[in-house]
Amino acid sequence: MTLLSNRLTALFTILAALLVLFIAWPLVRTVTGSQPAVLWETLLEAEVRNAILLTFYSSALATVIAFFTGVPLAYLLARTDFPGKRWVEGIVDVPIVVPHSAAGIALLLVFGRRAFLGRALSSIGLRFVSAVPGIVVAMLFVSLSFLVDAAREGFEGVDPRLERVARTLGASPWQTFRRVSFPLAWRSILSGMILMWARGLSEFGAVVILAYHPMIAPVLLFERFQSLGLDYATPVAAIIIIICLVTFVALRFVAQERES
Amino acid sequence: MARQPLSEPPRARDVGLGHQPSHSPSALDIHDVHVDLKEFHLRGIDLQVAPGEYFVVLGPTGAGKTVLLETIAGLFQPHRGHILLGGRDITNTPPERRGTGFVYQDCALFPHLDVAANIAFGLKLRTDLSSGTVERRVAEMSQLLSIHHLLHRSPGTLSGGERQRVALARALVMEPSILLLDEPLSALDPETREGLQRELARIHGELNTTTLHVTHDFEEAVALADRIGVVHQGRIVQLGTPEEIFRQPASPFVARFVTVRNVFAGRLVQEREAGHTTFATDGLELTVVTDLLGPAHASIRPEDIFVSTEPIRSAPRNSYQGSVLRIADRGTLVYVTVDVPPAFVCGVTRYTLEEMALRPGSKVHIAFKPSSVHVF
Repeated sequence: MTLLSNRLTALFTILAALLVLFIAWPLVRTVTGSQPAVLWETLLEAEVRNAILLTFYSSALATVIAFFTGVPLAYLLARTDFPGKRWVEGIVDVPIVVPHSAAGIALLLVFGRRAFLGRALSSIGLRFVSAVPGIVVAMLFVSLSFLVDAAREGFEGVDPRLERVARTLGASPWQTFRRVSFPLAWRSILSGMILMWARGLSEFGAVVILAYHPMIAPVLLFERFQSLGLDYATPVAAIIIIICLVTFVALRFVAQERES
Repeated sequence: MARQPLSEPPRARDVGLGHQPSHSPSALDIHDVHVDLKEFHLRGIDLQVAPGEYFVVLGPTGAGKTVLLETIAGLFQPHRGHILLGGRDITNTPPERRGTGFVYQDCALFPHLDVAANIAFGLKLRTDLSSGTVERRVAEMSQLLSIHHLLHRSPGTLSGGERQRVALARALVMEPSILLLDEPLSALDPETREGLQRELARIHGELNTTTLHVTHDFEEAVALADRIGVVHQGRIVQLGTPEEIFRQPASPFVARFVTVRNVFAGRLVQEREAGHTTFATDGLELTVVTDLLGPAHASIRPEDIFVSTEPIRSAPRNSYQGSVLRIADRGTLVYVTVDVPPAFVCGVTRYTLEEMALRPGSKVHIAFKPSSVHVF
């Protein structure tokens, strides 16, 4: 290696380290900012526990809904050509670029009490505003892109000839999907699901517009900060960060297994 | 190898209501099939393959050979023409109800299943077979292909030759009405390739499954085929036995593709006392270097044959006398056909040709080394 590239490596290392530190420092500061006893006490509060459980549950429900609709969509995008395919691809990724509070307003205009669909659904007992279904659709909206994109990549990685061979061996199109395409794309789909779930957990903007109550963890954190101040918000933030880190580690674990 | 006959009768498959001409004796009958894909086209393919026949489709890369196989398997829909399998029109039958066996060049083994599950894949989809029957048939087929010791391995850990055997077993265990082989030997190293080529011949001899094999390799085609169809730009340009194709190429393309060479069909005999192997063809014996025995083919490149007007001193073992039949100037080399008989095409330089003043009818001596004879 030449002197110049050694210098360049050193420079890049310093710049990169700054960025990594920028991420890690605030997180570590928050997690270590409260005494473990205070964290434990906070976790024992029914309000906090319920908020966390509701967050997990709602995000998981959104992920399940996206699994049953997003996996077929991903397969179609990976395997077929149809007019308007690029539009559909674009629409699927729009939630990533739309500000999430704007997404919340958009959902309110469809699922709100005055909207046609919202009224129709509330007549069969499904209410969205200030209710769990509202939290679920908000999370679904802002995080489904992650699952669809990952599943699609997974299906694109399956050699179409494996599916063709399966057909010649007597498998129907469904059996081929069920026994060849799906199992081979499963790792990607699973990592997309974990990513989507984690993204749903962290959602605030869209949820807060549709359903301030019942409170999910990020909304609870916001409320503590607003009404009680930093000292009361920090333990909640620490707990949320710890939970998200655990999710993240699980995701990396799945991704690593995929490589090997 | 003594083997239990597979006890299930061949499957009666529901292939729809296509017309069924009872007079058709062909296992496969392709009428005027046209396929249009982005990169490949088939134009008016007409082809009949007899029951039990080993038919080789020979053509350069990109000639549409794979598309032809995939069309027969039902993976592409022809936009014109008919395909009959065992006399039934299957043009509009979905692939899973055609009963074709398919082997791709890269095997396309299911990476998430072990070898046994790969072979059992098709059988397990059938509701009429007990798990015991499935297991027995997988065991029988893996015995036949000598892969029974690999049953619990994952496809990723297999060598190229082993993968190809597993892919063959997976297709053959279904007792297909036709076996479609897409360049099955092309991805293998020369040694494995020769072994598997002999295996293909042996298995065909044993099961007598009608086979359609596509390749770009002329020697592979000659070694295996009952008949060859040469494909060029989506059309079949010549049909015939291997001998017909290389003795009378129907077009300059076929001649160029099969290249000028000497190919003989014959028999290998071990000469114990002399310590070498003899290849006997048309009353002529060639000394060759090989471990093979029995029916085989031999080829000699024209440029490996030495031509002289004088008797050749210190002659190698293969030394013959004959007369010049014709002389063809091909640019870099001049091809002199010498009738011994049989006729040998020999490559000489233009200088040598003038020096020896060769013309049709000239008496010449030819010689070549045993190691120059390629036996296959």
